[in-house]
Amino acid sequence: MIKFCLNGRWVEEADISPNMTVLRYLRTQQSLTGTKEGCGSGDCGACSILLGEKVDVLKEGGGVDAGKWHYKAINGCITFLSQLHGKSVITVDALADGQQLHPAQQAMVDYHGSQCGFCTPGIIMSLAALHQNVDGEPSQHQILDALSGNLCRCTGYRPIIDAAKNMHSYPATGNVEIWQPEELVSKPVEHAGVEAETRTRFRAMKKGQAWVVDDETQLQELLSEHPDARMVAGATDLALEVTQFHKSINKLVSIGSIPSLKTIDVQGDFITIGSAATYAEIEPTLKTHYPEFAALLDRLGSRQVRNNGTLGGNIGNASPIGDTPPVLIALGAEIELVSKNTHRWLSLDKFFLDYKQTALQSCEYIRAIRIPRLKENQALKVYKISKRIEDDISAVLAAFVFTIDDNKVTDVRSGFGGMAAIPKAACKLEKALLGQTISESAFINAANELSKDFTPLTDVRATADYRINVAKGLIHKCAVELLNPELVSRIEQVHTSELATSDIINQTSLTGEFYHA
Amino acid sequence: MRKLIDLPDNAAGSQDLPVRERPSKGKTGSSMKHESAEKHVTGKAVYVDDMPEYPNQLHVAVGGSQHAHARIKLMNLSAVRAAPGVEAVITVKDVPGHTDIGPVFPGDPVLVEEICEYVGQPIFAVAAKSFEQAKKAIALAEIEYEVLDKVLTVEQALEKNHFVRPTHQHVRGDSSKALAEATHRIQGQQYVKGQEHFYLEGQVSSVMPTEDGGMMVYTSSQHPTEVQKLVAEVLNVSINKVQVDVRRMGGGFGGKETQAAPLACIAALLANKTGKPVKYRMSRHDDMVMTGKRHDFLNTYDVGVDEQGIIQGAEIMVAGKCGNSPDLSDAIVDRAMFHSDNAYYLNNATVTGHRCKTHTVSATAYRGFGGPQGMMVAELMMDDIARHVGEDPLTIRKRNLYGVKHDHIKTADGQVDERNQTHYGQTVEHNVLPELIEQLEASSDYWQRREEIKAFNANSPFMKKGLALTPVKFGISFTVQFLNQAGALVHIYTDGSIHLNHGGTEMGQGLFLKVAQVVAEEFQVDLDTIQVSSTRTDKVPNTSPTAASSGSDLNGMAARDACLRIKEGLFKFASEHYGVAEDKVRLQSNHLVVTNDAGEEQWVPFADFVQQAYMGRVPLSSTGFYKTPKIHYDRETGKGRPFYYYANGAAVSEVLVDTLTGEYKVLRTDILHDVGRSLNPAIDIGQIEGAFVQGMGWLTTEELVWDNLGKLQSNGPATYKIPAVGDTPMDFRVKLLEDRPNGEETVYRSKAVGEPPFMLGIAVWSALRDAVSSISDYTISPPMNTPATPECVLNSVMAVREQMANTDAADA
Repeated sequence: MIKFCLNGRWVEEADISPNMTVLRYLRTQQSLTGTKEGCGSGDCGACSILLGEKVDVLKEGGGVDAGKWHYKAINGCITFLSQLHGKSVITVDALADGQQLHPAQQAMVDYHGSQCGFCTPGIIMSLAALHQNVDGEPSQHQILDALSGNLCRCTGYRPIIDAAKNMHSYPATGNVEIWQPEELVSKPVEHAGVEAETRTRFRAMKKGQAWVVDDETQLQELLSEHPDARMVAGATDLALEVTQFHKSINKLVSIGSIPSLKTIDVQGDFITIGSAATYAEIEPTLKTHYPEFAALLDRLGSRQVRNNGTLGGNIGNASPIGDTPPVLIALGAEIELVSKNTHRWLSLDKFFLDYKQTALQSCEYIRAIRIPRLKENQALKVYKISKRIEDDISAVLAAFVFTIDDNKVTDVRSGFGGMAAIPKAACKLEKALLGQTISESAFINAANELSKDFTPLTDVRATADYRINVAKGLIHKCAVELLNPELVSRIEQVHTSELATSDIINQTSLTGEFYHA
Repeated sequence: MRKLIDLPDNAAGSQDLPVRERPSKGKTGSSMKHESAEKHVTGKAVYVDDMPEYPNQLHVAVGGSQHAHARIKLMNLSAVRAAPGVEAVITVKDVPGHTDIGPVFPGDPVLVEEICEYVGQPIFAVAAKSFEQAKKAIALAEIEYEVLDKVLTVEQALEKNHFVRPTHQHVRGDSSKALAEATHRIQGQQYVKGQEHFYLEGQVSSVMPTEDGGMMVYTSSQHPTEVQKLVAEVLNVSINKVQVDVRRMGGGFGGKETQAAPLACIAALLANKTGKPVKYRMSRHDDMVMTGKRHDFLNTYDVGVDEQGIIQGAEIMVAGKCGNSPDLSDAIVDRAMFHSDNAYYLNNATVTGHRCKTHTVSATAYRGFGGPQGMMVAELMMDDIARHVGEDPLTIRKRNLYGVKHDHIKTADGQVDERNQTHYGQTVEHNVLPELIEQLEASSDYWQRREEIKAFNANSPFMKKGLALTPVKFGISFTVQFLNQAGALVHIYTDGSIHLNHGGTEMGQGLFLKVAQVVAEEFQVDLDTIQVSSTRTDKVPNTSPTAASSGSDLNGMAARDACLRIKEGLFKFASEHYGVAEDKVRLQSNHLVVTNDAGEEQWVPFADFVQQAYMGRVPLSSTGFYKTPKIHYDRETGKGRPFYYYANGAAVSEVLVDTLTGEYKVLRTDILHDVGRSLNPAIDIGQIEGAFVQGMGWLTTEELVWDNLGKLQSNGPATYKIPAVGDTPMDFRVKLLEDRPNGEETVYRSKAVGEPPFMLGIAVWSALRDAVSSISDYTISPPMNTPATPECVLNSVMAVREQMANTDAADA
């Protein structure tokens, strides 16, 4: 049995299929049809809801202050119900307090932010998260980030951006109780008697088998008993098997709440990240230590995906593209693989064997990723090429760690996604770059080696020719950037640079008196 | 005896001045909020899939063809029938009535009989207790096919004369002579890909059998009347047995004009068979694979210009990829032909339009309806002429505009040529474009920025900026004349509240609001007095689709007509009741105002007056009707006046291109658009901005990819990328052209706005070409098909560099 708080009210569910998504549950089991299905694949955001977790704060001088519920927007369509255990969910249906609209809602009404209205509930939830998490007027970057996973086909977004900018000036109203619900008086695990069975089964759900595990011991035991169980942390990829390919997952183990898999440890020459840490959770650490890696996150999935998706999941599902494995390969990361009876470290470039095949053994799981810290004379370069900046899968992902002494490349490691069946380094390219004095011509020459490293495929995202040509262009760009670190050299940097005609988004807005005539 | 509702004291017989002096709220011209805005933001707006389900509700999944062109040799559905939860399985043999549901011409079987003509074409349908069960059952079908030769591209179809409808031509003057005699002759071609509608709400219909052997249909459709007719036909019942209800759509964009009907028909067939309510909601994947999209077009031009780049004659071909059936393609390719001039006088012109048949899903209506694809060839031509004669593209565009006279260009009888007749014989009247462009040119600082951009590009090694101004002239009216009609129904109840219904559907464009504003204006009452209800075939019959941007033009006028009829009776009654002449009564500020012979005014609250009229046995309800005047078109001669008027606008876009990767960003867009006298400026601005971004998406990131078996590879939002929040121009300045009421007598002199601004997005494509052209110092006109994805832009850059290298080699 799992328990979670839905719009301020605790509910228990036991007799529900492990394949039940949150969106389907809301619409069919709770008659909460405010949350919409636009795509069922986590790409449009119409199903966005708020997921709250209680964050405890360490008191000064010891002890723990029972913290507050902290909310983030996620896609309901690719989240399994079992992932909600112990958490608080807010849907659009409960956001207003009777006739009193939440500031995000009122601003969207006042700025004409809805047309057909179908994407609107999802946009409202993304805005509500922004409103909750940012004091005062959000920056342009924060607005685009918050809305990166919400598609609108009608408005062209301008009025929605205006609503986002201005909602902070509305009086904070709305349904206050739903945000900070009381903790359950008796926690589900404390139940005795009939609950004993489910407790030993790590809070199993019936109708197929789904488990929510609290610690690694339980996980190891469970996997040794059920080697065919599928592990899920964020589900941003796994759930697609259910919603897009209509498969049934009969055994599902939810590992997203195991504290030891969510640790981030910066020590000595390494940074070690738990496999179930979400992109959102690792972002601050990456920003400090690998700014280029952190910048990649702006283009990795959407805000909703980054709030649920995990680094371990990205590695475990072994996509040929990435986005993080090529970067981690270039950085020389290792992963920690654990089962009930085994424990080993493996260099990440040895993990990917072939298309969607990895070195993960039966009953093993990825515990952590250990990344070497960059040295003074090292530069990390990360590039993503896709049709769209927000929420798109890479045509090519390229990452490089250059070690540079006296303007010379004394070491280089690379990682490419989208160029082969697995994410991998370009060895011949690395060899050609090694020892070169940095110059555009030297890098352009070396880039020609790429055709020997890779024979990419043509697919829906790009042709083979483009993949090679653009990868060469990126190597050229590396030289330009290493020579001119201040140059604005990437399209995604433009909105913060003076290259833009204006830094101000949308100088016209519907606030002028003309529009209130 | 009926007791009338008690009206509030402060209203009844009130002489309270402030109330009178307060003008009624929400008249035309005011920026009222969308009628459903508060319902949208709270999740309370009900879409078809949100309606409460019956306990015995069944759900549909459909099995589609695995091949682009094949004969079904053998079909065994026994495993499908035996699957858990399945209650009914139907094939074409189970259809009691018509099996062809083609909207205009035959060619669209509701379920395939024998020959499959595109991947995904529906063959059989399943109704099961849950959607998941229906989906799983579909996979159990055993179908053997004999694979047949297929035609997948426009080029193949042209080669084989494989058409869904005959080729059509517009001829004006002698183009071949003009081309032969021209100073410069330029040729070019482009391939313009189609577009997936990606309405956020997918296709859905929910039906319930009625006690009369008919069907109640809730659907997300722009064309309820057609759904009604087709459901009646497949069920073999009369049309009056079927009611269709459309409250709102979660976006339409043309994709729910004909494409919603098959779902309603299939659901109705299954409901008819089982006697149970049935819902057919397509998954996004099925929606993208099984329903039609915008047509691809292959366009070519051959143009002759004088030394100033002014067109002397042109031969243009537009060839649409229509897919497997005619659907609406005849009218769509016609509209591409009508717009292949965009805003430019072609002089001697031959425009040929082909309707290519391919074994792909039948292409259908999409915002602009072929107009955008036609306009693309005109804008390609303008940029190419400019590069050829070495002028700024804006200069060339302005010289070629309709109605721009040149002293040296004279007609046969020696007069300065007016240059205002299209190649299909319509005179361009009330032409605002020359003035509009001039305003925009100034407000966007076009020429100053042109210089800044040249300077920037000279100093920037691989980041290049581009700039373009492109105009839009879009013909308003259905080109099929009989569709230009509409009906409405207005009731006033005895508390003074008003119920409004008309034949138009609400898909987010604010039609319900605009028409309600018309009614509010006619009765001079507050907008919130008026309740708009869902569009229903049993309230207003025989309606046209809400399409061709015509919604408010047609339905606004029909509603106004209904109001005028009611008002006629009301004023006659008031005149008798108050003993004054009819011209001494008027409606104002939520009141009836009666002026007596002494010139004294008596103010009667509207609701009180309505009660008096009811007691006086005056009809408080009326239908209304409208048909568009002046329009005609003779398809035999290719001449006429197909459009009541033109809507106009122009956009200036500035882009930044990374020539190492092909990536780009729209830095700024300025738009000036003509909506006549706006019914609602906020709604109109919303339409303009949304249309621009959608048009930009069509030409940039939205790429339909088909494999060589005819399967759509870009079949979900993970692979088909519509603009996201960061794609909105960073600096976006949109204005309405002021003080220019429509020259024709439209509803309050407004102009249609749904489709025209879509084509403003062409400015982005033209700006991208401009940026790429800059690397050749604007001497080479870069090849750039659409969508101009980063890959396409990088290819364009490489093609220009190659051409430069070849030129250098030749020079050396």
